[in-house]
Amino acid sequence: MERILFGDNQFFAVNHISDEKSRAQSIRFQDDKAILKTLDHAIGAGVTTFMCTTHDRIANICEHVRNHPGRYTDFKMFPCMPYAHKYANAVTELGILGALQEYVPGNFLGSLYKGGRAFLSKDYLSIMELLVDSEMKMFKGINTPVIFLQNIITDLLLGLGMIEVLKSFYLYVQKKYNAEGGFITMNLPKLLNELEGVGIENPVICTSINKIGFRMSGGIKAYEEILATRKVRVIAMQVLASGAIPPNDAIKYVCNLPNIESILFGASSKANIQETVSLIHKNDVSSSAEKIATV
Amino acid sequence: MVKVGLIGAGKMGISHLSILGAHPEVEVVGVSDTSKMVLDVFRKYSRFPVFADYEEMLMQANPDAVFISVPTKLHSTMAQKVMQKGKHVFSEKPLCLTDEEGQRLVALAEEKKLINQVGYHNKFIGTFQEVKRIVDGGYLGEVFHFVGEAYGPVVVRPQKENWRSKPGEGGGCLLDYASHVIDLINHILGPVTKVHGTIMKSFYSKSVEDSVFSLLEISPKVSGMLSVNWSDDTYRKMSTSITIIGSKGKIICDANELKLYFKTRDCPETYTKGWNVKYVTNFTDNVNFYLRGEEYSAQVDYFIKAVQGQSPNNVNTFHSAWHTDRVISLIKNSVNRN
Repeated sequence: MERILFGDNQFFAVNHISDEKSRAQSIRFQDDKAILKTLDHAIGAGVTTFMCTTHDRIANICEHVRNHPGRYTDFKMFPCMPYAHKYANAVTELGILGALQEYVPGNFLGSLYKGGRAFLSKDYLSIMELLVDSEMKMFKGINTPVIFLQNIITDLLLGLGMIEVLKSFYLYVQKKYNAEGGFITMNLPKLLNELEGVGIENPVICTSINKIGFRMSGGIKAYEEILATRKVRVIAMQVLASGAIPPNDAIKYVCNLPNIESILFGASSKANIQETVSLIHKNDVSSSAEKIATV
Repeated sequence: MVKVGLIGAGKMGISHLSILGAHPEVEVVGVSDTSKMVLDVFRKYSRFPVFADYEEMLMQANPDAVFISVPTKLHSTMAQKVMQKGKHVFSEKPLCLTDEEGQRLVALAEEKKLINQVGYHNKFIGTFQEVKRIVDGGYLGEVFHFVGEAYGPVVVRPQKENWRSKPGEGGGCLLDYASHVIDLINHILGPVTKVHGTIMKSFYSKSVEDSVFSLLEISPKVSGMLSVNWSDDTYRKMSTSITIIGSKGKIICDANELKLYFKTRDCPETYTKGWNVKYVTNFTDNVNFYLRGEEYSAQVDYFIKAVQGQSPNNVNTFHSAWHTDRVISLIKNSVNRN
């Protein structure tokens, strides 16, 4: 994974601190061209991996990338699935079974029901696989070396103790898409223990890491301890804690931590993208200089 | 360890279950649901014992406390049965469909001395907690005007029938969405005592309202408006906000952002004269396990601590939720039918 990854929250009105800013972003990015332009700014700043939700509109971005192969030679996408609000709204309307019937492609559920037999474990896993396939359709022909499960699902299954399902997802994306299965979580300490418990070693985990401990469940100390001592490939997200930490302090903290493989950030303007990228490079250089000095 | 059982593994139920499953002080001793498929998945992939019948779960699993997350019309019967067996109860909101049912639950919880809590999670959100502190501290002076609002995308096209579309089961935007706003107004400004008129409208739903406007009065001096609409798909999820105007300042607050205006320097520490903007990050304590907002974990944790005798059980009690049910009745009775 590259040191810096570009995120997509700003494109889809996900702002954790202000509904007003969310609305402004919605307006700003309602045309796909605006998203593409911002992506080009990121690529121009050397950030060629786009980590994105499987939102319907990402399909248009994928289409554009496929149609302009020359402009996106080193471009990678890390899909994060599912776009949870789609399913959550369907569950509200149709119930859990109804929502599955709506989204599991083909007549898989119907044929199981008609068969009248009890569901087997492999049937549930087939449902999961069909859902993954339907979310992955839009990425056909695009380089997707890591495929993530969104935190709402990772953490839901984690709390329910359904770690086998997490493992099945991990194994399936490896087998079918030749990709690394990654997990987004707000609960790094608990997730890492459970994944190791089912034999997933050195997993890719994207999690909140920031100087003020925002959304670092179990406490900042537990996270720092893990980074210092455990085998895990961490992507730091929410580094700015939704703007609560000044950028320089925020980036400096993360760059000085051991074992952070990548830093995920999102920004709307060319200037903000360039500023964040150069802050990361600057702090990486001074952090490695410090390390050499201590050696 | 507190032994917990859960009735109703739907959307809210599964969310509670995940938080309970991760809670270091909780042992989930039973999950009951009417869906065979849901039970089957839990049987195959979780450690939780499953039951098709909740009364059987109460008998066999013998929990100390029970979470009830089923359609509202069932709250009253189920909560009574659970409490009669001496179990503490956490119920989803709203409490009941009528004042009388709610009153019986309040009395029974009191009589049996059981911990009782309702899932009005906004009271566990840092920004709203800060609003309560500012208002209680008198920093807004004499409050005279408020607006409570909630918008979100529950019904954004004609839908298939489900319990949320049936008035007799607890469906409709008034019970589902407006109840949260009313509860927050009751909590921050004091209970609503009169409703001067209401318009409820349906756009997409056939038998329930999709929007509610009401004129509310807390006292002759303090009055305001309620505006709620669950058919607004410009929001990704429900957004609740409250605006309060007082003689010394004004507050505009939602779950993420708190904007405060003070007319003079007579304001709380860390605030200044004029506009102040604070974010939920300023007020949020970490939780042990995060699923979909700190408030969902915090309310469960608060309940478990109350069962263990470590917190006072005075937030979101049946009694306070019953006050909200009463305002809902006042609103229904004030509907302008012209």
